[in-house]
Amino acid sequence: MIAAHLPILQVAVPLVAAPLSVFCRRGATAWTLTFVVSIGAFLISIALLGQVLDQGVLSYQLGDWAAPWGIEYRVDAANAMVLLIISGISTVVLPYARVSIAHEVEAHNQTLFYTCYLLCLTGLLGMVITGDAFNAFVFLEIASLSTYVLVAMGAKRDRRALTAAYTYLVMGTIGATFFVIGVGLLYMMTGTLNMADLAERIPAIGANRTLVVAFAFIVTGLGLKLALFPMHLWLPNAYAFAPSAVTVFLAATATKAAVYLLLRFLFTIFGTSFPTFEPTLTYLLLPLAVIAMFAASTVAIFQVDIKRMLAYSSIAQLGYMVLGMSFATVTGLTATIIHLFNHALMKGALFMALGAVVMRFGDATIDTMRGLGRVMPWTMAAFVAGGLSLIGMPLTVGFISKWLLVTAALESGLWPIAVLVVASSLLAVIYIWRVVEAAYFEPPPEGVTAGEAPPALLIPTWILIGANIYFGIDASLTTRVAGEAARALLKTAS
Amino acid sequence: MGVSDILGLFNYWMVIILMMIGFYTVVSRGNLVKKIVGLNIFQTSVFLLYISMGKVSGGTAPILTGKPEVYSNPLPHVLILTAIVVGVATTALGLALVVRIKNAYDTIEEDEIQAADDETEFGDPQAAEDHRR
Repeated sequence: MIAAHLPILQVAVPLVAAPLSVFCRRGATAWTLTFVVSIGAFLISIALLGQVLDQGVLSYQLGDWAAPWGIEYRVDAANAMVLLIISGISTVVLPYARVSIAHEVEAHNQTLFYTCYLLCLTGLLGMVITGDAFNAFVFLEIASLSTYVLVAMGAKRDRRALTAAYTYLVMGTIGATFFVIGVGLLYMMTGTLNMADLAERIPAIGANRTLVVAFAFIVTGLGLKLALFPMHLWLPNAYAFAPSAVTVFLAATATKAAVYLLLRFLFTIFGTSFPTFEPTLTYLLLPLAVIAMFAASTVAIFQVDIKRMLAYSSIAQLGYMVLGMSFATVTGLTATIIHLFNHALMKGALFMALGAVVMRFGDATIDTMRGLGRVMPWTMAAFVAGGLSLIGMPLTVGFISKWLLVTAALESGLWPIAVLVVASSLLAVIYIWRVVEAAYFEPPPEGVTAGEAPPALLIPTWILIGANIYFGIDASLTTRVAGEAARALLKTAS
Repeated sequence: MGVSDILGLFNYWMVIILMMIGFYTVVSRGNLVKKIVGLNIFQTSVFLLYISMGKVSGGTAPILTGKPEVYSNPLPHVLILTAIVVGVATTALGLALVVRIKNAYDTIEEDEIQAADDETEFGDPQAAEDHRR
C-alpha cells in the first residue's frame, strides 16, 4: 500500500518538514528533524532502487491525474541511482553538519539553515524524480534558491561568501531561465510537458527550427547549472566560501542533479536521432569536456585556498562526466553515471577533511596545511585516501571511473581521448601532491599543537573513505546499476 | 521578410528585444542593484513568451459558459504564474544579498568589491594591482 506511494513520499516528506522546521526554537531540534527526514528519504530511495531493479520503470500519477495531463513521477534505474546518491550523501553529511554548522553559522540562523537545507534536498530529489519538464524547472529553482542562501551563510567566516552567493544567483537564474525558455519552446511545438510524451512527439516532428532552438537553450541552461567549462565561473567561490558542510553537500549532489537532467533531456527526450544531437556531442560537449579536464586541473594547481583548489578539481571531474556522455554509448554513459556516484564519494570525503581543518584553524590555505600530517593525522590520512581516489589509484572508486571512461573512449575508437584522460589524471597527482608535501614534509608552524578534529567530523569522513575503498574493490553492484541506468537512458534492451 | 512577419510576430520580437536588453544589463552593469533589474527584465521576456504562445487569436478566457467558444490555452498562463513567483523570490533574495553586501563591504559596485577582495587575498593594494597585471 505505502510502497505504491514511495515516489511522492520521496519528495513530499522533506518538503513538508521544511516549513515545520521553522518552528523549532533551537538549531539542535531543527537538526534532529532534518536528520530523521534525511534518513527517511535515504530508506525510500533504497526501496525505490530495489523496486526498479525488480520490476522495471515505476510510474506515479500525482493526485491520480492520468499522465500527459497530470504530473507524472517516473523512476527508472538512472534517476533511482541519482536519488540514492543525493539522499545518501545528505544522510552522511548531516551528523557532520551538526557540529560544523554550530561552529560556522550564527546561532540565530541555525534553525533557518536547516529549513533551507531541507528545501534544497526537496528540490534536488524533485528535479531528479519528476517526469514532467516544467516540474523539473520548479524543483530546479527550489534547489537553487535555497542553495544561494546556504552559500551566503558562510558570511560569518568570510564576507566573500555573500558575493559568491550573489554571483551564483545571477548565473544560476540565467541558466534556469534558459532552461525554461527551452521547455516553453518544446511545449509550443508538441503541446505536452510530460517527458515520455515529449520523447514520442519530438521525433515525429523531425527537424524543426524551434525544436533546435529549444535544444540549444536547454543544453546551455543545464550546462550553466552543472558548471560545464566555460560556464563554471560561479562554482569556485561558491564552494570555497560556503560553510564546510554545505560545500560537501553541494559538491556531492547539486551539479550531479544537473548532469542527470542533461542526460535525461539529451538521451530520453531529444534522443539520439535528433538532428543536432550528434554534432552537439561531438563538436561541443566532447571538446569542452576535454578542455575542462585540463584547464580546471591546471588552475587548481595554482590555488592558495585548498577548498577552491578542490572546487576547480570538481570542474575537471564534471568534464569527465560530460566526456562519458559525449560518446553516446552504453559504456560511456555507464562511466558517466558511475562517476556521478564515485565523485560524490571522493569529493565528499575530501571536502569533509578540509572542513575539519577549517573548523580548527579558520581557513584551509596551503600555509595552514603545513605539518598537518602530524597535527591532525586522521584528518590528513582521510585527505590522502580521498586524494588517491581522485587521482584514480587502483582499489579506489576513482580507478573504476577512469577505467570505464578509458574503455569507453577506446570502444568508440577515440584512443587520443583515452590518452588525454590518463594525462589529465597526472595533473590531479600534482595538485594533491602539493597538499601532501605541505602536510607531511614540512614542520608545523610554531605553537601549533597536535589536536584531532572531533569524532563527529571524523566518523562521517571515514565512512565516505570506507565507501571509496569498498566500492573500489567490489564495483559489481555500482557497475550493474550504472549499466542498467545507461541502458534505460539509451533505450536499448538489457 | 514582409510586414506581416514583423507585425504578426510582434510579441515574439518584443520578447527577443526585452531578453537582450535584460541580458546586456546583467552582463554590462557593475552596480549590483542594476544587475538585478536586468535579471528582472530578462525574466519578464520569458513571461511574455509563455503568455504569447498560449493566446489563440479571437479566443476568450477558458470559462465554461455552456455554449461552444474559442478560448486561449490556459496552461502556459498557469505555468508562468509559477515562474513569476520564482522570479519574485529570486529578486527578493538577490536584493537581500545586496543589502548584506552593502553592510559588509560598504559598496555595491562590483569593481570596488573586487578591489577589496584582492586586498584581503593578496595583502596590500599594490600587490593586488600587480597581480591583476
